[in-house]
Order: sequence, then C-alpha cells, then structure tokens
Amino acid sequence: MAGQGRADPRPLSPHVQIWKWHWTMAGSIFHRITGVGLYGGAFLIGAWLIALATGPEAYTFVEMIAFSLPGQILLFLWSMAVLYHLANGLRHLIWDGPMVGFAPGVASLWSMFNFAFAIIGAAVIWSLASFY
Amino acid sequence: MSTSAKSVRGLGSAGTGTQHHIRQRVTALALLFLVPWFIYSIIHACKAGYEGALTWAAQPINAILLILTVSAALYHMRLGMQVVIEDYIAKSGTKQALLILNTFAVVALATATILSVLKIWFTAGA
Repeated sequence: MAGQGRADPRPLSPHVQIWKWHWTMAGSIFHRITGVGLYGGAFLIGAWLIALATGPEAYTFVEMIAFSLPGQILLFLWSMAVLYHLANGLRHLIWDGPMVGFAPGVASLWSMFNFAFAIIGAAVIWSLASFY
Repeated sequence: MSTSAKSVRGLGSAGTGTQHHIRQRVTALALLFLVPWFIYSIIHACKAGYEGALTWAAQPINAILLILTVSAALYHMRLGMQVVIEDYIAKSGTKQALLILNTFAVVALATATILSVLKIWFTAGA
C-alpha cells in the first residue's frame, strides 16, 4: 500500500543460517564491510587535511591522535581496508570489462589472493614506511 | 503481465540504475590510479611534520591530485553508501533521511577538504 514502509511480513525461507561460508562470499561481504569502513575513514583522513590547513596547533592535535597506539592500529586497519577494496574493486572492473574470472576455482583463488594482498601489502607498506 | 498498480504504489524502477552503475565504475577507474599515489604521498607528508606536509600540499601537482582524489573518492563512497542504505533500510522515512544525510555528509566533507587544499595553495603564495 502507498505510504506503508514495509511489504507484507511474509515468512522467509531459511537462507542466512544455512549458508556455508566460502571464499567468494567472504570476498563479496568484505568488499562491502571495507567500503563502509573506508567511508568513516575518509572523514578521519579529511580531518588531517583540514587540520593541516587550519594551523600548527590543530595539526599537532591530529598528529598526536594519529601517532598514538589506537591511532596507529586504526591507520593499519585503514590501510588493509584500502588495499582490499582496491584489489577487489579491480576484480569488479575486470568482471564488468573483459568479463573473466567467473569460473569457481579461479573465483575462489582470486578471493584468497585479495585477502593476502591486503594483509601482506599493508605489512610491507608499514615496514617500508618505518624504514624510510 | 504487469499492471499499473506498481506505478501507483510508487515502487517502480527509478530509472537511474545504469547511470549509478557507470559512475561507480568510472570513479573506481580513477581511484585505481589516485589511491596508490595518495597512500605513497600521505606517508611522506605525515613523516615530514607540519612544515613538510604543508610544503608537500602546496606543490601544484600534489594540490591537483589531492582535489582529484577527494572528488573521485567522495563521489564513489556516496554512491556506495547509497546502495548499502537502500539494501538494509526498509522503512521508507528512515531510508530517505539516511540517503539525504549521506549526501549532506559527503558534500560537507568534500567542501571542507577542497577548501583546505585551496587555502594551503593560496597561503603558500604560489
């Protein structure tokens, strides 16, 4: 009916609770989770840029938070989320463009690769950043 | 067989799905290049302290790429969050409110960050 928010509360067949976890579904779910996380992260990274334009006091404050332990953990998670969303996003573009990678075996391996890329990539970036 | 009841209830297609889909992918394509640059740059800038970061942001190429990154990333995440809201929020009023809030939040952040880049640019006296 018009003006009514929800459709009929009809019974749902079981789906979520009998669904087996596998790499491709995890890959898809994490694309969305990291996307939502990066949405929040953009505001924090934005705060850094705004502080830089505001002045030294504001910048020192943001720097203090960023270099604190919770700040560093958050930034590490942010870097992992960026790398995962980037790698899996490229996969979406390859799905949409050349349309390859749909075969079950390839799809699972690709999901695993994207997770590995995010974790190892973040570790490599952070160790390189601490050396230079 | 389709009836006109669907249109009366206002539950038909909005007709903007294709545009949304294409824009999500075009911004993704831009971000594929901008994000690696951004990660590399922000690490350098952060390690350089206040003065160093300011000098970095005031360089023309960095200011240009910063504005492009902000624009593409924020447009992309507005589209993405729109889909998340549409998927999970069934109540019409709440959904509409969150969709508007999504746009407001992203536009506010875009304005503030782009103005910040411009302020750094003009203050540097280029």
